[in-house]
Amino acid sequence: MTDVARGRTLIPKLRSLSRFTFVDVVLWALRISVLMVVVGGSVGTLIKGRYGAVQWLEFLTFGVTMGSLYALVALGYTMVYGVLRLINFAHGDIMMTGAFSGYFVASALAGRGFLDRDPVLAMLAIMAVAVTTSTTIALLTERLAYRPFRHVRGLAPLICAIGVSFFLEQTFRGAFGAGVRAYPDPKWQKGAISVLGYAVPILQIMVVAAALVSMAILYLIVQRTKMGTAMRAVSEDAEAASLMGIDVDKVIAFTFALGGAMAGIAGVCYAFIFKQVYFYMGFTPGIKAFGAAVLGGIGSVPGAMLGGLFLGIVESVGPALFLDGIGIPAPYQLRDLIAFILLIMVLIFRPYGILGERMAKKRA
Amino acid sequence: MSAAAVDLAERVPPGNRSLFRRALRVGLILGVVAIYGATIGILPLMDARWVIVDMVSLGDAALIAIGLSAGVLIAARTRSLEFWPLVPPSLVAGGVAGGLLALLALAMQAFPLRQIFIALSPGLLKSLTFGLGASRGGAVLIVAGASLAVLGAALTRAPEGLRKPAAAGLAFVIVFGVFQELIQIMMQSGGAIDALRQSIYTWEGLTLAGALIIFFLASGAAFVWTGWLRGPARERFMRLSPAQKRTAKSARVVVFVLVLVLLPVVAGSYIGQVMMLVGLYILMGMGLNLEVGLAGLLDLGFVAFFAVGAYATAILTADSPHALASYTAIPSLSYWAAMPIAVLASIVVGILFGIPVLGVRGDYLAVATMGLGEIVRVVVQSDMAAPVLGGAQGILQIPKPRIGGFELADPVHLFYLTLAASAVAAYFAWRLENSRLGRAWMAIRDDEDVAQGLGVNLVKVKLLAYGLGAAFAGLAGSIFAVMLTSVYPSSFQLLVSINVLALIIVGGMGSLPGVMVGSLALVGLPELLREFGEFRFLFYGAALIIMMRVRPEGLWPSATRRRELRDEAGEAALGELEGTATRPAPRAPDLQDTEP
Repeated sequence: MTDVARGRTLIPKLRSLSRFTFVDVVLWALRISVLMVVVGGSVGTLIKGRYGAVQWLEFLTFGVTMGSLYALVALGYTMVYGVLRLINFAHGDIMMTGAFSGYFVASALAGRGFLDRDPVLAMLAIMAVAVTTSTTIALLTERLAYRPFRHVRGLAPLICAIGVSFFLEQTFRGAFGAGVRAYPDPKWQKGAISVLGYAVPILQIMVVAAALVSMAILYLIVQRTKMGTAMRAVSEDAEAASLMGIDVDKVIAFTFALGGAMAGIAGVCYAFIFKQVYFYMGFTPGIKAFGAAVLGGIGSVPGAMLGGLFLGIVESVGPALFLDGIGIPAPYQLRDLIAFILLIMVLIFRPYGILGERMAKKRA
Repeated sequence: MSAAAVDLAERVPPGNRSLFRRALRVGLILGVVAIYGATIGILPLMDARWVIVDMVSLGDAALIAIGLSAGVLIAARTRSLEFWPLVPPSLVAGGVAGGLLALLALAMQAFPLRQIFIALSPGLLKSLTFGLGASRGGAVLIVAGASLAVLGAALTRAPEGLRKPAAAGLAFVIVFGVFQELIQIMMQSGGAIDALRQSIYTWEGLTLAGALIIFFLASGAAFVWTGWLRGPARERFMRLSPAQKRTAKSARVVVFVLVLVLLPVVAGSYIGQVMMLVGLYILMGMGLNLEVGLAGLLDLGFVAFFAVGAYATAILTADSPHALASYTAIPSLSYWAAMPIAVLASIVVGILFGIPVLGVRGDYLAVATMGLGEIVRVVVQSDMAAPVLGGAQGILQIPKPRIGGFELADPVHLFYLTLAASAVAAYFAWRLENSRLGRAWMAIRDDEDVAQGLGVNLVKVKLLAYGLGAAFAGLAGSIFAVMLTSVYPSSFQLLVSINVLALIIVGGMGSLPGVMVGSLALVGLPELLREFGEFRFLFYGAALIIMMRVRPEGLWPSATRRRELRDEAGEAALGELEGTATRPAPRAPDLQDTEP
C-alpha cells in the first residue's frame, strides 16, 4: 500500500497521466470529499430551511467579531514569522497573559462600579494594563528564549517555542490557580444597537471597532514609520538590512512588542466575549490564528487580517451551513473541527496562502 | 532553573565587566528564581515535605541550595584558585539573592498580594521569615544568603577529598529523606533491615540521628572511594582489552536493567504502577523517536495513534454496548487477539495521517500534525461519533488480559507485560536504526532534497516512519486500555504528545537509552513526587527550553548524534573566527566517546 508503484497498478488508466501517484489519489479524494461536504451540506441546510435570515446574520456578525480577533492574533504570528522565520508557538499564551492581567483590573473596577459608570475610561484602563503585560512578556520571551536561537537552524527553535508556551501556561496556572475565573459582565455590554433593522450586540461592535482601530494603527506603523520600514526590510532580507545599518535585534524586539500589544487587546476582547479566563485559554485561538496567518499568506500584514476574518466567518457559519445539512447531530461541537480542517487544508494545499509571497516555499 | 542561570552567567565575558557587577547579576538571577518559585506555589509545596522531620523541609533545602549556588557560580567564573578573593563577590551575590526574597516578604506583609497571587499565603510568609516578621526575618535572609554563598565558594575551593564526600553525604540524606515513604516500604522486609529502618526513620520521615548516620555512612564511603579505591579500579579498567571493556560496559547495563526489572517485586504494587507508566512512555518514546529522532519529522499529533490503539482494543474486547460484539456479528476477542489488530489499526491510521502531510516540512509539519491530532480528539469527543466510540464517557469494562485461567490484574503483572512489549519494540527499534531504512530516515532528516537526489524514495520512507512510529504508540495504547479498563477522550490530550516529545529530547533525540533515561526522569520522578504532579508540565516546558539551550544533544545522546555535534562544534568554532556564528559551541569535547 505504501508503494507508489502499486498505487499505479491499482489505477492503470491514470498511468498515462505522468507522475500521478497513489498519494495524489488520496489528496484528490481529500479535496473532493471536503468539497462534497461543503456543497452537499450547504444545499441540504438551505433546503431544510431551519435557520432564518436573522439567524444567518447573527452567525455572520459573530463570525466577523471572532474573525477580527483572530486577525489581531494572526498579525503577531505573521510579523514574527516575517522577521524571524519562526512560529512563535507561545503567541496564543501571550494573548492569555493579556486577558489575565486585564481580569484583575476589570474585576477591581467592576467591584467599585466604575466599569458601569464610565465604560470608555474603564475599558481603556483594562486595555492599557493588558497591553503592557502582554508586551512585556513578549519582549521577555524574545530576549530569554528566542534570541539565543537566532542563528540556529533545524528543530531547536521550534521545540524551544513549544517549551515557552507550556512554561507560560503553567506559570500562570501556578500563580493564579487552575480554576476558571468569571470576567465581569457590565450591563451596557448586554445592550444592542439596531443596524439596518437588525439588532447587533454592543459588545460585538465594540470588539470589532477596537480591532479595526488597532489594526489601522499597526498598518500605519508598519507602512509609515521608520521602524516599520526597517521591519519590512528585515523581513525581506535580514542580512542585507543589517548591512544597511539597521539594528536587527532592535527591530525584532519591536516586532515582538507590536505583536504582543495586539495579542493583549485581542485577549481582553476574547475574555469579554466568552466571560471567562483560565490558563489554557490561549492555546486553541492561538493555533487557529496561526492557521489564519498561513491562510492569508504568512509574512503579509493585510493577509493576516483577511485570513482572520475568513476563518472567523467560516467557523461561525460553518457548523450550521455545512454540517447540519448532512445530518450531523450537535454540529456546534465541531466548530473547532472546521477550523482545524481549514488549517490543515491550507498547510497542505496552499502553504503560501492567499496573499503570500511564496515565502513559505522558499523557507521550506 | 539554575541550569538556565548557569548558562546566562556563562555568557558574561570574563574581564569585560567588573567582578561586582557580575556578582550582582548572579544574585539578581538567583533571587528572581527564588521569588518565581514562591509566587507560582512550588516553594510552599516543597515546604510541606520533610527532608529531616521537624528540622529541614525540602523548601528549606531548595533555598539553601540557591544560596550555595550563588557562591559556586561566582567561583566557577573566577580563574584564581585562591579562596579569599571570592569572599566579597560571594557576599554580594548571596546577599542580593536573599535581599530579593526579603523584599518579597516585605511586600507580602504590606500589601494583600494574596488576592492576586494565590500562592503567597501567610504560611509562606511565616516560613520565609522564620516567624520573625518581615523586617527582622528579611535581615536574617540577607545574612543567611551571604554566608551560604561564601560557604558555597569555599566548598568549590576545598580539596577534592573533602568536597566529594560532603556532596555525596548531602545527596544521600536528601534522597533518603525525600523518598522516605518508598524506601520505608522497601525496607519493611523484616529482620535486620527492618531494625535499621526503625533506627533512622519515624513514620513521618527521617530523624536527625538517621540523617547523621546516613550522612556519615555515605560520605565515609565516598571518602574511601576517592581516597583509595578509585585510582586502582580505574587503572585496572584501563588495562583491560577493548573487548573486555565492552563486556564490562554491557555488564553494567545488564545489572541496571535487572534492577529495574526486579524493583516492582521488591517495592510493591505502587512502584509497579509507576514503572508500568514509565514503560508505556518508553514504548511511545521509541515510536516518536523513529519519527522525530531518526526521520526528523516533528509530529505533534502522535497521541492520535495512542488513542487508536486504545480505542481499537476497547471496541474489540470490552463488555459494553459500544463493543463491536454487541451490535455486529464479530465475536468479542481476547486481549491477545485484539492487540495485533489494534497495532495494525494504528499503522493504517499512521499511514493515512502521513499521506496528506507528505509535502509539508519543518515548522508547518508540526502545526499540521498537531491539527490532525486535535481533529481526532474533537471527533472522538463529539456526539457524532458517540454511538460508536461512547462520546465523552468513553468505553468502560475492558477485561484484563488472561493467560489460561490466570488474570493479569495486578499492576505488577501488567508491568511485566509492558516490559515484554518494550523489549520486543526496543529490539525492532534497534534493528531499524541500523538498517537501510534507518539510514534513509537519517538522510531525509539531514537534507530531504539531497536524500531524494541520492535515490531515497521519500514517499515510501516517510510513510514507513509514520506507520512504524504509530505501531509503537498503538501497542502502548492497547496496554493503556487494559490498564485503566476503560478509555475516554480526555486521556488523549495534546499534552501526551508534548510529554513524549519532551522525554525524547531530554534523553537525546535518536537514542534508545536516551528514551529510557528521559521517561524515568520525566514520567517516573513526577509520579514519585506526587504532590508536584500539577507542576510536571511546568517542568516539561522548562526542560524543553533548557535542554535546547544548554545540551541540545540530550542526556544520553546516540553515537551518531555525538559525532555530528562534535563536527558542528568544530564548524561553530570556525564560524566564530569569522564572526558569524553566535551560538555557544556545544560541550562536545568532554563527552566520552563510546564508538565501538
